[in-house]
Amino acid sequence: MTEQAKFLIENLTFYYDSGPPALRNINLTIYPHEILVIFGPALSGKSTLLRLLNRLNDLVYDTRMEGRILLDGEDIYAPGVNVTELRRQVGMVFALPIPLPTTIRGNVTYGPRLAGERNRARLDELTEQSLRAAALWDEVKDRLDEPANALSGGQQQRLCLARVLALQPEVILLDNPTSGLDPLSTAKVEASLQTLKRDYTIVMVPHSVQQAARIADRAAFLLSGELIEHNIAAELFTRPQDKRTEDYITGRFG
Amino acid sequence: MISRQTSQKIAFTLLTLAAFVVVVPIVLVVGYIVVQGAGAISWEFLTAMPREGMREGGILPAVVGTVVLTFGTAIVAMPIGIGAAIYLAEYARDTWLTRLIRLAIINLAGIPSVVYGLFGLGLFVLFLNFGTSILAGSLTLGLLTLPVVISTAEGAILSVPQSFRVVSISLGGTRWQTIRHQVLPHALPGIITGVILGLERAAGETAPILFTVAAFYLPRLPHSILDQTMALPYHLYVISTQVPGMPVEVQFGTALVLLILVLSFNVIATIIRSHFRRLRQW
Repeated sequence: MTEQAKFLIENLTFYYDSGPPALRNINLTIYPHEILVIFGPALSGKSTLLRLLNRLNDLVYDTRMEGRILLDGEDIYAPGVNVTELRRQVGMVFALPIPLPTTIRGNVTYGPRLAGERNRARLDELTEQSLRAAALWDEVKDRLDEPANALSGGQQQRLCLARVLALQPEVILLDNPTSGLDPLSTAKVEASLQTLKRDYTIVMVPHSVQQAARIADRAAFLLSGELIEHNIAAELFTRPQDKRTEDYITGRFG
Repeated sequence: MISRQTSQKIAFTLLTLAAFVVVVPIVLVVGYIVVQGAGAISWEFLTAMPREGMREGGILPAVVGTVVLTFGTAIVAMPIGIGAAIYLAEYARDTWLTRLIRLAIINLAGIPSVVYGLFGLGLFVLFLNFGTSILAGSLTLGLLTLPVVISTAEGAILSVPQSFRVVSISLGGTRWQTIRHQVLPHALPGIITGVILGLERAAGETAPILFTVAAFYLPRLPHSILDQTMALPYHLYVISTQVPGMPVEVQFGTALVLLILVLSFNVIATIIRSHFRRLRQW
């Protein structure tokens, strides 16, 4: 690859408490404007890896990390890094949609307002832009000041995506964002991701191998904290190099 | 051998009885005070200074004193109590130090109120030289109220779903912004309830104000926070035990006013709680 790496993960090992490592010696490059899918069975360390990319694991006590994670060449765990700024640059959408207990508009503008944006017109513009990009604008444009909780599950998840887009991030992390959604809503979210990768870099933990194969540009297979293999999706899902990858994607386990 | 159905009936009867036994004394106490004291309540009783060795006139300075002391208690206990609760719930890790703090809070709650009174006398009245004053009394009552405020506020803060915090942090919020915008608004009803319940207890206490602020007989309103004042609980004690020939009606009237004052705190707490609960959107 000649392209500049967005994220460079080098020799990453991560421990919760004193147990065995949740991630073992991971080396992975994430390129701009791609959808990288990190898949594997439960407890393989996918979410942990995702949460390390915007330092959400800082909220967990007693963890230990070895190795480095570089964003645009800068070590995000270096002392003096502005973590809140990093989290705006690298946004996260969670498995379950968790709207903040306020209005639709309040949810979308939450991040920008915390960052100090006070200009009403600018916030309105961001709201429309983000909701459009998350394919939710047409459904909610007339009720922006109604409680976000009144939305359906699928709409809530797109709202959570819009909320992250309003941060104007460079990278979007999605931790199994369609786990609670019906097939129709899932299709909508997947479709918006395909559009979004033009402007963003997307790292996603998918709901299933099928979803991974549907949307990934590149894919990485994790098993028990180890990166078994990673490759262009078309290659990895048709000609896996490792027996374990093949067993997993053909449904022999997992 | 008793059959299962019979033992079920016995248990049910006993439990029902227990519930009623709880209610009966409350009804009796309140009813008795109302019946005995209602006759004493008049505009003059509430708004006039006591006269004739407190046998005549009203109880205004005692009512004002209790209200002022309650506000003073709130001013002392709220910032410290809520601040400590936020620290314990949001910032503190589980270390020997925070365990010690929690232990101290539990023990504070168990200290008899007369000990608070003596402590207040030693520290605020004498050592800090505030004298017998509203300041010393408010500080003493504030300390007494702290454990209730801290534990209820901490409970209210912890009951805010963790997911809101994670979302706020993940959207680039600092820890304090997260507390300020997500945690506190949702914990507020619980915190306010805790504060009011604490104040309710403080308003009715006699022992802590005995040595720190309460005047035996002071038929005027306090001039400053360094002034003494009469207060309802102590006044009630005085007119019930220290003044010969006191009309029973006046004693029960005073008790009734104190009761109404404390109950109105309770009502206010309930109104605030239900008001905020309706606003809550999760």
